[in-house]
Amino acid sequence: MCLAIPVQVKEVLPDDMAKVTLGGVSKIISTALVDDVKVGGYVVLHVGYALAKIDPEEAERTLALIREAAIGDAA
Amino acid sequence: MKYIDEYRDGRLAMDIARQIVATADLVRSYHFMEFCGGHTHAISRYGLEDLLPPNVRMIHGPGCPVCVLPIGRIDAAIALAMRPEVTLCTYGDLMRVPGSDGSNLLKAKAAGADIRMVYSTLDALRIAEAEPNRDVVFFAIGFETTTPPTALALKAAIAKGLGNFSIFCNHVLTPAAIQNILESPDVRKLGTIKIDGFIGPAHVSTVIGTEPYEFFAEEFQKPVVVAGFEPLDVIQAILMLVRQVNDGRHEVENQYIRAVTVFGNEKAQAEVANFFELRESFEWRGLGEVPYGALRLRPQYATYDAEKRFSMVTPAAKDNPACECGAILRGARNPADCKLFGTVCTPDTPMGSCMVSSEGACAAHWTYGRLREKARQADAGRAVA
Ligand code: SF4
Repeated sequence: MCLAIPVQVKEVLPDDMAKVTLGGVSKIISTALVDDVKVGGYVVLHVGYALAKIDPEEAERTLALIREAAIGDAA
Repeated sequence: MKYIDEYRDGRLAMDIARQIVATADLVRSYHFMEFCGGHTHAISRYGLEDLLPPNVRMIHGPGCPVCVLPIGRIDAAIALAMRPEVTLCTYGDLMRVPGSDGSNLLKAKAAGADIRMVYSTLDALRIAEAEPNRDVVFFAIGFETTTPPTALALKAAIAKGLGNFSIFCNHVLTPAAIQNILESPDVRKLGTIKIDGFIGPAHVSTVIGTEPYEFFAEEFQKPVVVAGFEPLDVIQAILMLVRQVNDGRHEVENQYIRAVTVFGNEKAQAEVANFFELRESFEWRGLGEVPYGALRLRPQYATYDAEKRFSMVTPAAKDNPACECGAILRGARNPADCKLFGTVCTPDTPMGSCMVSSEGACAAHWTYGRLREKARQADAGRAVA
């Protein structure tokens, strides 16, 4: 019910709408809840609405931290 | 797929699990509650519990909005849908939730009620626009994640002057429920559950941010780690919790920093605040009355409020007394402890709400945990023999 998925924005449409794709399937969604949606960017999609943008730098940083945790850091 | 596959690397998950084993103090036990059904699903689906050492245990919380919707609200929705002028639009998750007397929306539909499954509030609006002679009611349910889309639908309906659109509001609030779990006298009755920390919800937090959890960290001295829904997210969050417990810290940490900020989506919060206000009290299935645990439409939107427009009543309805959902939702019992589990109650014939939604603890255990348990028992048997 609260599940949402990351999707890539393919086209920004009028009236706060956008075309997105997920695994090759495209969909028209509402972007009224997030600002500055850009083509190529990723948003978290839930029941037809973008809820948040995914920050690519933070995503990279999280993966780096996970890899670090896996080899065991000093902590 | 980007931002999904990278967080499902099984080898990395095992490595982190080894770090958890190395980090967890052998002489103590760690009990962490994942509040959100999305995490329960991920934990069961990827068998994360099997990777954890025996002294680190996960408790499945109440965090599925379908699971906590009281039976009376389903009965009220069915009664509404039975009115000839009404078209009830609802998310698919709600169709099979049992009301009283074995009823559900699917059966009501078969009996002639005009019930339509929608993916989005945008679809419900489209139906209201296309069929002006129908009274289109959106059966709204969900945590903070799903409320902003309902608010925007209301906003659009008002802008378009859609007089035939209304909302049956069942939106509930996460922080209120966490507080209820920690404080309610029922919890004491059901036996004290040791909780050493929480995994905070992923997508709810994209909307509310990490800030609302500061209160729990402070007040109840429990660490909270907000985490994404992929297996690596969850297992990393567990390691972060173990470390906090070891250090005697109780802070709010954010593992899902790629989508969650401290203050969340303020635009979404503002839309919600425009149209909704707190209910003083709302019944949660399994948790009882939760003070300030839900939202209703503000009085100025009464014409869009299905409860007022159709003078709806919520009948007092009781769950099947044998159903252990209440204890399961609070983490006091496990699905397998319920007498009905897997016999009378299965995903095809759910008796309680925890079996209906795939994010419910009973359904997750049925789909992924059951066979594992059998295998474990068989292993134990062989070891004894
Ligand atoms: S197995 Fe069914 S009856 Fe038992 S607690 Fe779960 S949902 Fe309720």
